[in-house]
Amino acid sequence: MQGFLPARQSTLGTLSHAMAATDNRPRRTAPTPRRSVLPPPVDGAIVDLRSVTKRYSKVDVGVEDVTFAVQPGEFVFIVGASGSGKSTLVRLLIKEYDPTFGSITVAGHDLGSIPRSKVPYYRRNVGVIFQDFKLLPSRTVHDNVAYALQVTGGKRREIREKVPDILRLTGLSTKLHNFPDQLSGGEQQRVSVARAFVNHPQLLLADEPTGNLDPETSIGIMQLLYRINRTGTTVIVATHDKAMVDRMRRRVIELASGRVIRDEAGGGYST
Amino acid sequence: MRIGFFIHEAVRALTKNAVPSFAAMATVLVTVLVLGVFIPVVQATTGAANEVRSRVIADVYLQPRVTDAEIAKVRGIIADETPHVARVEFIPKEKAIAAERKAGRGEYYDLLGANPLPDTLRVYPDQPDNITKIRNALAPLSPSGGRTVIDPAIDEVRNREEDTNKILSATRVVKITMALLAVLLCVASILLIANTIRLSLYARRREVEVMKLVGATDWFIRWPFVLEGVLVGAIGGVMAILLLGVVKIALVDPLAAEFALIAAPDTINFGVLIAVLLGASVGVSAIGSGLSLRRFLRV
Repeated sequence: MQGFLPARQSTLGTLSHAMAATDNRPRRTAPTPRRSVLPPPVDGAIVDLRSVTKRYSKVDVGVEDVTFAVQPGEFVFIVGASGSGKSTLVRLLIKEYDPTFGSITVAGHDLGSIPRSKVPYYRRNVGVIFQDFKLLPSRTVHDNVAYALQVTGGKRREIREKVPDILRLTGLSTKLHNFPDQLSGGEQQRVSVARAFVNHPQLLLADEPTGNLDPETSIGIMQLLYRINRTGTTVIVATHDKAMVDRMRRRVIELASGRVIRDEAGGGYST
Repeated sequence: MRIGFFIHEAVRALTKNAVPSFAAMATVLVTVLVLGVFIPVVQATTGAANEVRSRVIADVYLQPRVTDAEIAKVRGIIADETPHVARVEFIPKEKAIAAERKAGRGEYYDLLGANPLPDTLRVYPDQPDNITKIRNALAPLSPSGGRTVIDPAIDEVRNREEDTNKILSATRVVKITMALLAVLLCVASILLIANTIRLSLYARRREVEVMKLVGATDWFIRWPFVLEGVLVGAIGGVMAILLLGVVKIALVDPLAAEFALIAAPDTINFGVLIAVLLGASVGVSAIGSGLSLRRFLRV
């Protein structure tokens, strides 16, 4: 576990470096605030959403006027029924979408001011896990994880050192040379977690990470995310897994029809 | 490491996508083959025709059995009364046939038994552009469209330009046809390569999604696809060039010794031709992959 910390700091270094290069660029899509005044920014927050609204069309609203902040090292559940805007929120945070109104700040950097060409560098600092794992079926477990490093220009040595490490952490040391279709759902999700965390991002996003898994396996994945959280990484999990949320008793942000209806520290799935 | 990664990815995609890749490769091969034949052929024919045209002279062929007096009279008319004439040279039929013998065509005349060549007065104009004026002066156009001659001793007046124009109009047809064919084949190559890349993109859309997710830059995602297309083009091009090389060594080089047209000095150097063709095949395939990447890969 301790081995992660220096690596994490170096990741932070590259983030601020990448951002410094982008900060003085002109805004490409200046988000137009619906109100003239946005809520004030929250000091020290790693994720800070202020009056964020995302509309797919005039009638189709993803999220509406969402404001919340997450402090570094927090573990947050975002809950709500299907269509309540959980996935939209995750996609906004990885800048797959831009908000229609409002501003999103991650690690002190306004996502609206990151030009399109710098988005990849931003994404390297955010790990993402999906319900459908998104593994490459033609590559082994090892190669799937190594891919994340190769793609971001990792050196051979770095791959040799980091990949076995992260696979040990996620409990996949014996499955190194298996292909994804030879693994159980839980194991596949572990590979996906390993891939998301191999770069040691500051922020880990999970969109329904246990949606395809049975309760037993889900607990294992959640424990893994919790362990990652303990290393200092902020973890945000969008889920509708009621049992899991009730069991973990962490901060819960509940969405309904795209609006935040509850933000409770140490809460359960429902009030 | 990175270049190795790109090439590895490109080759991996090529082998998985073998059939469309092969189709694209074959089209590039045919395109390059046509271009490789087209460029030197057009150059040789236009080069030869232009060379003939550049020697601007008019030949005044005299009637058979003209007397020396008649020859002197016609020569006088041309040299003294026709404008724009620089000088006149008399070529008796004996000299004409000797020149033919020197050019190695003597045996054809031996077969005839007699000298069919007329006595000729070769007229050099003061300016190349005036050759038509001289010709019109010596053999004015009649109202019926034919030509009459100003003296009964003259049989016919010809300038070389007329002959070369015939050659040029014939080569023009060849040129246009081949250019059209080359353009069509280029378009087909571009489209087939674009299709190959599109299929490859489709087959690897999941990979592209994951790449975007883990923070690959746009060009990092694009490079393997560009390389794949360029590789297809380059392989097709190299195969065509090898074929051309074989044809050149086996057929054209032995013939060049005997046929002046093939050995025409204006023809492109084979090394330069190879470079041009390779450039064309790589260029065509880069355009093809670019087309697909623009349309189907919104990174």
